[in-house]
Amino acid sequence: MTALLRVESLTKQFPGVLALSDVTLEVDPGEVHVLLGENGAGKSTLIKMLAGLYTPSSGRIVLSGQEVSFATPRDAREAGISTVFQELSLVPTLSVAENLYLGRLPSVGGLVARRRLRELARTALDRVGADIRLNARVSTLPRSAQQLVEIAKGLIGDARLLILDEPTASLGDRESDRLLELVQTLSGHGLGIIYITHRMREIPRVGHQVTVLRDGRRVETLPVTGTGEDRLVELMTGRAQEDLYPSLSRTPGAELLALRNVEGPELHDVSIAVRAGEVVGIAGLLGSGKSSVGRTCFGLDPLQSGSVEIAGKPVKRLGPASAIRRGVVYYPSDRRNQGLALCRPLYANITLGSLRDASASTFGFVNRRRERSVSMSFVERLSIRPGDVGRRTELFSGGNQQKAVLARGLIHDTEVHVFDEPTVGIDVSAKADVYRVMAELAAAGKAVLLISSDLPEVLGMSDRVYVMHEGQVAAHLTGDEITETAVLAKFFGEAATTTPGGPSA
Amino acid sequence: MTTLTNEAVTPTQAAPLGRRLAGKAIELGLLPFLLVAMVVVFAAMEPRFLSGENLTNVGRQSVYLLLVTLGQMIVLLCAQLDLSVGSTIALTSVVTALVLSSATEATVATMILAVFAGLGVGLLVGLVNGLAVAFWRVPSFMVTLGTTSLAAGAALLLSNGAPVTGVPLGFSDFLGTGSWLGLPVPLIIALLAALVIYGVLYWTSFGRNIFAVGGNELAATVAGIRVKAVLVAAFVLCSVLTSLAGVLLTARVASGEATLGSSFVLLSIAAAVLGGTSLFGGEGRLGLVILGVVFIGVLNNGMNLLQISSYVQQLVLGAVLISAVALDRLRARVG
Repeated sequence: MTALLRVESLTKQFPGVLALSDVTLEVDPGEVHVLLGENGAGKSTLIKMLAGLYTPSSGRIVLSGQEVSFATPRDAREAGISTVFQELSLVPTLSVAENLYLGRLPSVGGLVARRRLRELARTALDRVGADIRLNARVSTLPRSAQQLVEIAKGLIGDARLLILDEPTASLGDRESDRLLELVQTLSGHGLGIIYITHRMREIPRVGHQVTVLRDGRRVETLPVTGTGEDRLVELMTGRAQEDLYPSLSRTPGAELLALRNVEGPELHDVSIAVRAGEVVGIAGLLGSGKSSVGRTCFGLDPLQSGSVEIAGKPVKRLGPASAIRRGVVYYPSDRRNQGLALCRPLYANITLGSLRDASASTFGFVNRRRERSVSMSFVERLSIRPGDVGRRTELFSGGNQQKAVLARGLIHDTEVHVFDEPTVGIDVSAKADVYRVMAELAAAGKAVLLISSDLPEVLGMSDRVYVMHEGQVAAHLTGDEITETAVLAKFFGEAATTTPGGPSA
Repeated sequence: MTTLTNEAVTPTQAAPLGRRLAGKAIELGLLPFLLVAMVVVFAAMEPRFLSGENLTNVGRQSVYLLLVTLGQMIVLLCAQLDLSVGSTIALTSVVTALVLSSATEATVATMILAVFAGLGVGLLVGLVNGLAVAFWRVPSFMVTLGTTSLAAGAALLLSNGAPVTGVPLGFSDFLGTGSWLGLPVPLIIALLAALVIYGVLYWTSFGRNIFAVGGNELAATVAGIRVKAVLVAAFVLCSVLTSLAGVLLTARVASGEATLGSSFVLLSIAAAVLGGTSLFGGEGRLGLVILGVVFIGVLNNGMNLLQISSYVQQLVLGAVLISAVALDRLRARVG
């Protein structure tokens, strides 16, 4: 059987950087081929060449036995390769149906054939099993539905190979499950799929073959069956997997952060406390309100009633600036939109709002030498690569960008640290660095709140876990109660009996 | 990292000189080269162009644009736009001249009072612009379009549409045409202002915050920056710098004119963008922006010397502005 896709010695040289070197791989019809690698390993470069966004420096792309070359993304699509990137390409202000057939709307004499459009769009959505209103504006849909629309759009026409770039990165567990099922169904219909993910658990569920990339080279291609997670991590990082979650015996001290009966736009009667020297996890599905807990602590979400207490004192009129002054830093979940000014050099992002705490400013004047040395010290402490603080932030990989956000918070040296999805879309080494920082903070007697959709991470890091469900605290687990089953049971389940009479929506 | 990376990544320091120069050119943009080319062309076509007298003239004429452009740059760095600089100059001019002419005697005290009254106009306009943008979240082009009309209306009302005369000779002699240590006084003032703005932008945390707010407003908020205060301060700075230009212009023309300054809206944005300031905020370099002002000054001066009609000059300016923005986009893609 001819392979659906054959990539032969594909190489991409950027000025000064060899992004992909001599990579060869094959995808058969109906095969789900997982692409695994840390950030900067070359995954994006590879798929961008397959999608027609980059031109290879050398090597060949062979589709169903015929060599192809793409000058534009359109060429790639017409050849049957459809790519769904993490950044979705939908127009938020248009309807679902219009988005699906954007640029190829069926028309009669220059007017849009509305009925025909609806029929076509319905068929496209049926293919991905999505039950979405065709007239809904895309901006009103949840992220998971938008993702399905994007995939449906990709499958319109004669798609033979579907490339999915971390499709579950911004989805909760339940939505992810549904997406994985869809991937299985599609491959069952004979579609070849290249699947990129950082979530190891997904690989055995959908993958047939897995190719591991490291530093722009192919390390190995293996069948998924019979390959353990440890082995993959080892191949990916080039070293054996140490224990990802540092274990520490902790002795909690005074209560440093507390939410008391908080009501907010997404929260109902939420009470949560974090003490000095402990890591407290908040788990929950997307939309459970867990992110809002973090934002409320930092004054980014409004407090309708109840109170936020920092170091035992209720705080009125909380905002980011005053929260930091009172000893709370918040590490936002979306580093590109809420964390970083990407056009600025790295040092400017590290010291953004933290110049004074870095003792790099007196009366508003910046001590630039001190600023640089402080930035460099964090670059070393967090192993940010490359260690050039003058480089534009957007040129760093996701993991290193995340570390810049970390560095900024650490400079403030506050007592309370609130992490919102700190490891989304970053590689294993960077994850290990983030966990190490959290453990160090707790060991130094700081209070750490970890809000995360990554269940193993919450289980592995937390001394106590709150499980959120529909804006309420559904469970509070400590010690041996913290197990995957216990948390999962509360994800969908009834509100905990310990939560007194909140309105259950 | 691993040794593998070091091998895979070709070291950049070994790049040949040519490529390094090209890299520098991309970083600085085409402006310095265009400026040199233009000077060469003008000098070849008109020998008087390079005379010391004419070059001083270029400096003298560029002063006002430099001040306004400094302000415009600060606002652009915040990812905003100030269209009201033109009528701010007009209102400043009328108010300054009215204060000067209302005094029976032209004392130094009245002159100082007049200067501050003029700068007060900037403070007021800047506050209105900044507060509306920061607190009502009105797009700045809309707000400043509104204040353009407000200030222009006020200037016409106060002056009854006629030039305000009675600007004392001492005032225009010193701030308009005076020299100190062989340099025109307005030029000294503008250069001092540029120096202060340089310090503010690159050596204070407020300056850092300006870049951050323009680079990513949400990230700046989360980092604990008081974004609203930064926005208000940026608009106030811009308008006060503009008013300073207005006061100096009033001294130069020796009367208060409600028609003064309308060309500065286009020219200040053009100069800032020519100097590589991003229209999307967060990016820009003061040195290059000053070069942008010089570019426009030289262009004007050269075309005047060559007796090119003012109608054609307008055409040229429009073309220059559009090409500058197009080049900027091109550079963003290459760089």
